[in-house]
Amino acid sequence: MNRVNTKPIVGMPVPRKEGRDKVTGRAQYVDDLSLPGMLYGATVRSTIPRGKIKNITFDTRISWAEFVIVSAKDIPGANCVALISDDQPCLAKEFVNHPEEPILLLAHANPHILPKAIAAIAIEYEPLPAIFTIEESEVQKQIIWGDDNIFKTYTIEKGDLDGVWSKADYIVEAEYTTGAQEQLYIENNGMIASFDRGPGVTVWGSMQCPYYVHKALMKLLNLPEDKVRVVQTETGGAFGGKEEYPSMIACHAALLAMKSGKPVKIIYDRTEDMAATTKRHPSRTRHRTAVTCDGKILGGEIEFVVDGGAYATLSSVVLSRGTIHAGGPYFWPNIRIRAKAVATNAPPHGAFRGFGAPQSLFAMERHMDRIAAKLGISPVEVRRRNFLKPGQTTTTEQKIREPINLDKLLDRALTLSDYEEKKKRFQLENKTSTRKRGIGLATFLHGAGFTGSGERYLASLVGVEGRADGRVRVLVSSTEFGQGTKTVLCQIAAEALALPYDFVDIAEADTKQVPNSGPTVASRTVMVVGKLVQSAAQGIRQTLTSAGYLRNSYSPEEFRAACAHYTSQHGELKSFSRYQPPPNILWDDEKYSGEAYAAYAWAVYVAEVTVDFRTYAISIDDFVALQEVGKVLHPVLARGQITGGVAQGIGFALYEKVAWRDGRMQNAQMTNYIMPTSADLPPIRVYFEELGNEHGAFGAKGIGELPIDGPAPAIVNAVEDALGISFNSIPLLPEDVFEAISARSRKEEDTPTLEGVR
Amino acid sequence: MTPSAGLCEISLTVNGEKRTVRAHPMERLLDFLRHQLGLTGAKEGCGEGECGSCSVLLNGEAVTSCLIPILHADGATIVTIEGLASDSQLHPLQQAFLECGGAQCGICTPGLILAAAVLLNGNARPEMEDIKEGLGGNLCRCTGYAQICEAVARAAADSHENQPNESTR
Repeated sequence: MNRVNTKPIVGMPVPRKEGRDKVTGRAQYVDDLSLPGMLYGATVRSTIPRGKIKNITFDTRISWAEFVIVSAKDIPGANCVALISDDQPCLAKEFVNHPEEPILLLAHANPHILPKAIAAIAIEYEPLPAIFTIEESEVQKQIIWGDDNIFKTYTIEKGDLDGVWSKADYIVEAEYTTGAQEQLYIENNGMIASFDRGPGVTVWGSMQCPYYVHKALMKLLNLPEDKVRVVQTETGGAFGGKEEYPSMIACHAALLAMKSGKPVKIIYDRTEDMAATTKRHPSRTRHRTAVTCDGKILGGEIEFVVDGGAYATLSSVVLSRGTIHAGGPYFWPNIRIRAKAVATNAPPHGAFRGFGAPQSLFAMERHMDRIAAKLGISPVEVRRRNFLKPGQTTTTEQKIREPINLDKLLDRALTLSDYEEKKKRFQLENKTSTRKRGIGLATFLHGAGFTGSGERYLASLVGVEGRADGRVRVLVSSTEFGQGTKTVLCQIAAEALALPYDFVDIAEADTKQVPNSGPTVASRTVMVVGKLVQSAAQGIRQTLTSAGYLRNSYSPEEFRAACAHYTSQHGELKSFSRYQPPPNILWDDEKYSGEAYAAYAWAVYVAEVTVDFRTYAISIDDFVALQEVGKVLHPVLARGQITGGVAQGIGFALYEKVAWRDGRMQNAQMTNYIMPTSADLPPIRVYFEELGNEHGAFGAKGIGELPIDGPAPAIVNAVEDALGISFNSIPLLPEDVFEAISARSRKEEDTPTLEGVR
Repeated sequence: MTPSAGLCEISLTVNGEKRTVRAHPMERLLDFLRHQLGLTGAKEGCGEGECGSCSVLLNGEAVTSCLIPILHADGATIVTIEGLASDSQLHPLQQAFLECGGAQCGICTPGLILAAAVLLNGNARPEMEDIKEGLGGNLCRCTGYAQICEAVARAAADSHENQPNESTR
């Protein structure tokens, strides 16, 4: 790279592109916008988990003529929210399959009278029996989806599992479960739609994936590509929660706009957002593992099941990621993983940071501690003896080519957390204290980018434009919702063009302006899209140099002059780059084996906890998060991703419980669905190792999802260290701790000769 | 409904500007600020005073404007995020949030900056624990709060550095 007068940009804490707007309150989120003549829309939902719609009556005391009313009959195209299998209706016509299913839409100029109008619509049902748990779905108590309630299954087979059981010194078996988790972005979902016969439909709103929304609108409205425009507005958090459901809301707003001829805004309130939109899949994982007496894993069987809710939506892909991560960062000579996603009569579960991996890794990392306890060796040692090493293969028989050394990573985490000293000290102190302390760890990995052949199918396209004034513009549909997409992609383009960061900006995520760079999910933006930005930016440079407007080495001013010269002679200066699968990244969809991800991030997290025997509350006193993430492109943003992910992981482990009744969330409020506040969290100490990555922009890997995989098992392992009680389910609330301690006390009273339960 | 029925006259000062308006007495201060004055920096996150993203300063105290009827603000002095920066100069807290990574998605940021301003008004040299306690009423889902708390600490430190008579640092 020939660089004149500029310092490196990648790796520097440059200002966030949209930061000034955010700190001054000028950033415009969807609810901050309004259009002339705009109406407000609302959704009439099912009140029962499953049944046939028999009759709908409108209370005559409401002047319905003032309202725009939309039902399934008003849908011009296919009545579905197009995604993978298109099974979810946009509006229920005859049957409802969960208690938040949309049936009708209303719009009115005065938003305050909408709740009263919704209450004045009586829907009569013929109820059908419903199912609410994985177990009820598995035994096919009722068939509610397809022939067998199963959305998807996967099987991973490696080696000869059947041969290992007889060679094992120990067989360790257990079952682990995780609960639903609400993304709880602070900005609720919302959309504005307008329709005009000429340009077609335009939708503005809070979302992660403009082209998913675009695809859903085309199918629903039966409109060609160029008659649908989707624009992302500033988005106040997403975490996966705005991957798919925004398509539903956009479809609703668009139907109301088409019928009324006016712009329509739909903004969910907190209760509607929490109850009706997607949450993390509840899961159940069963492990049966054959180990030698010195702690070597010979082989094992893992059964991983997720509750997908009433429609298939993203469950197959969530299941896929969870399945591939189920074996953790360990070498399994023999393994069989059987996975399935099943249907229940709850609102569909969906994407949430980690996407299945936090569920299966919780089980894996709890199970490693169980194996250690059974064998009487330390949790550290059992991990060391089974770590994947370069040259070995993962459960999908992907050969590890990265020079990762998990032993060294673990050593550093142990030193940073003072693990061994604390573990000894806590054991001594706990004997005489009512505040029991413990320390636990989790070692894990997270694959970056779409799974398997996913990136091949996406074939993302990215553009970079050199403008007449010498400014550079990045053209992507990848969205900013807090992670720093805009900033980091601009850093990459600036670095690739040897220009100051200020020379580069990024186009609005508007499908009329930007190509489809794929969805903003799966820790793929910096690694996959970033690499394409890098290559498209180099294309601009190449065009200018080969046309003779620019020398190999240039100043920003010379670049500016070259852009002006080029555009005056030839018009637009744009360079596009499309994803090309690396030749050695091969995946077999049939056998479910091969290179599952082009790169993995690796981590060791250590949690230190106190369990108070008066309140049974668990507090976290210290948290070390050490990870290898390739090159860190922006230290402040990268650290922010880790601390934020850890905080959500702490919530997943200790606070966030969805209370279900008949498929409906009962605590759909911030007052009784508890997420961590600033006062609840420990110091989260973040450390990076940077090995680089040939597949990512300037060596970067994905980083967004990784940090939510590790906290829950590290914390529950620490709780076991503190109490000597092994918990297999999260969230782990004070009442669960109380129950377990009480049960142990009862047991001790019954059998006074036994010494505890350890 | 007749549009003007039940309206009352309210006088208040918003971001230094005196205003007299007619409003329904129970209209939420949040809606009044956003819809009547176009001050959209205060956000509705939960509508029940839990998340703090609608925080504004009412007579110098941080309040959740989704719970305040406009009548309650009669005669009050209100400061919103839009009133914090003077001209084009960012408030030290805004600058520190920007530099320390205190704002990610930005939706909670206006409320948090105002809550932090109240905190620093009452305690110019807060310890990290004071900051964590002081911001406990404002939820942020992105950051895990670490960089927010560091931003507040930096803003406090910077304001001391800018006071020439103090030689404690």
